[in-house]
Amino acid sequence: MDHKQITYAVEANNLVKTFGKERAVDGISLNVPKGIVYGFLGPNGAGKTTTIRMLATLLQPSEGHAKVMGYDLVQEADSVRQSISLTGQFASVDEELSGRENLIFIGRLVGFSKKDAKTRADELLKAFKLEDAAKRQVKKYSGGMRRRIDIAASIVTSPDLLFLDEPTTGLDPRSRNQVWDIVRALVKNGTTVFLTTQYLEEADQLADLIGVIDQGKLIAEGTSKELKASIGAGSLTVHFDDVTELEKAKEIFEQQLNHFAEANLREISLTVPIKEHAKAAKAIGELANNDVQIKDFSMSQPSLDEVFLTLTGKLPESEGDELHEQS
Amino acid sequence: MSNHEEAFENAITVKKRPKKPSALSAASTFAWRALLRIRYVPEQLFDVTVFPIIFLLMFTYLFGGAISGSTGEYLDFVLPGILVMTVAMITMYTGLDLNKDIEKGVFDRFRSLPIWRPAVLVGALSVDAVRYLIASTIMITLGYILGFRPEAGFGGVVLGVALLLFFSFSLSWIWTMLGIIVRTEKALMAMSMMILFPLTFLSSVFVDPTTMPNWLQKFVDINPITFVVDAVRGLIHGTDAIGDIMMVIYISIGLILVFGTLTMYFFKNKE
Repeated sequence: MDHKQITYAVEANNLVKTFGKERAVDGISLNVPKGIVYGFLGPNGAGKTTTIRMLATLLQPSEGHAKVMGYDLVQEADSVRQSISLTGQFASVDEELSGRENLIFIGRLVGFSKKDAKTRADELLKAFKLEDAAKRQVKKYSGGMRRRIDIAASIVTSPDLLFLDEPTTGLDPRSRNQVWDIVRALVKNGTTVFLTTQYLEEADQLADLIGVIDQGKLIAEGTSKELKASIGAGSLTVHFDDVTELEKAKEIFEQQLNHFAEANLREISLTVPIKEHAKAAKAIGELANNDVQIKDFSMSQPSLDEVFLTLTGKLPESEGDELHEQS
Repeated sequence: MSNHEEAFENAITVKKRPKKPSALSAASTFAWRALLRIRYVPEQLFDVTVFPIIFLLMFTYLFGGAISGSTGEYLDFVLPGILVMTVAMITMYTGLDLNKDIEKGVFDRFRSLPIWRPAVLVGALSVDAVRYLIASTIMITLGYILGFRPEAGFGGVVLGVALLLFFSFSLSWIWTMLGIIVRTEKALMAMSMMILFPLTFLSSVFVDPTTMPNWLQKFVDINPITFVVDAVRGLIHGTDAIGDIMMVIYISIGLILVFGTLTMYFFKNKE
């Protein structure tokens, strides 16, 4: 097929998707340069999956338009499908079949001959360390193996653009790292990856460009460095042996760091957000200068919660709240 | 570079997409998948093996004496009817399977592939036709053992079953449409039953419609299942049923045109 000379893998212009009265995606515009990992970061129910489903031609946009790999999403849907692959959040392979059968099945559907489909399946099983499980039904796979076969099925032929919807949600750290390695290798080979995630760390590790989405709107976009700079370096937590020390420290912190320090009396600890690491060191030093006894201290990376807190002025809704609202 | 790394690099280096498969090739790939699934879950064949046996024994011995005076005579009359009823009933599993694919998420992958879209359904339906054939064979064989004798011989039976399979394929498009738009398996099951029960019972499956009250006869006379039963009965017993046969062909084509189109519309626009 002809390859268009394009700069952007995705060019979305004011995409809207409404379900009844609800605006699940509420006017999203974004440009994803070719050859990068774009991380779509947001809490549950923010509109990540709906956006990906629109870009993968599974849902018709209610308003707005978009080009994927240079093709119009609606007018040239079939050409879009030729250029993309989608690994959904849930099973995107047939759980009743074995891993090998699934790959042969997809291979046949993208147009390989029986022989080529089998060769390709075995090649992928080997590459994804699934040879031993090749003949086992996918429903008997572990979470990490599931993810790998899902992704393998998406790259039976190399897509120009690969959509991964929450590829590591629910995975243990080792499996998560394996998925990350696969994503990095794919990008090195020229595939553009558009992934959604709830984890800042994941976006941080993988994405060249991050879009933060909340309530159907893109509320910030930038590199991980840029986003972090906008929300500070994280937070400092200090533990004490008794409450009097904590109270002395609270006063010093709030003066030094110019921010409310949250006290946890049960754990006898203080937590305060930090703009720069140097300031945290200085604040700790100031405690020593004032003879405040501390038990230990730790710095934490900025969390998604903090990104949200900073960007939207409120905490993201948890899954529980969402379920509650729907019922 | 280790052996594995090499395999990995090799596997992910750009693989060109081959030419998109033909409609037939895509449909047969989906048929292959359906066959594999039967191999893993043979219980799926329960409905086409056990249902026909239970239905035939139950209705023949329950109603035979009362309706025809003897079970032997009733069997000749009722077997073509129960055959139609059983196969019509098991067509609804097509919709249930599709509904499960959607719920699990694998349907999304099918929809994001550049293939001839009806292939997903045509492939599954052609394997279902094999299932209907199994059900028909089992029922007719059991009937033969019990004393059923088709007056038009083996040829008539083959023609009757062929017509029934064509009608069942057409009827399945109602279930594929419902399978896509109805949200849960339970609701789909209930809805399918609601349609199938009146259609199959209020027909000429069990009794001659002339014994029914006038108002009911009116419904039975326009019920598509009645046409199918009369056509199949005619073919099996060699009576003149050309009017019914033509009617079944028209109805089947109509079902495909209407519900096939609606199915593909909802397939494309599934939210």
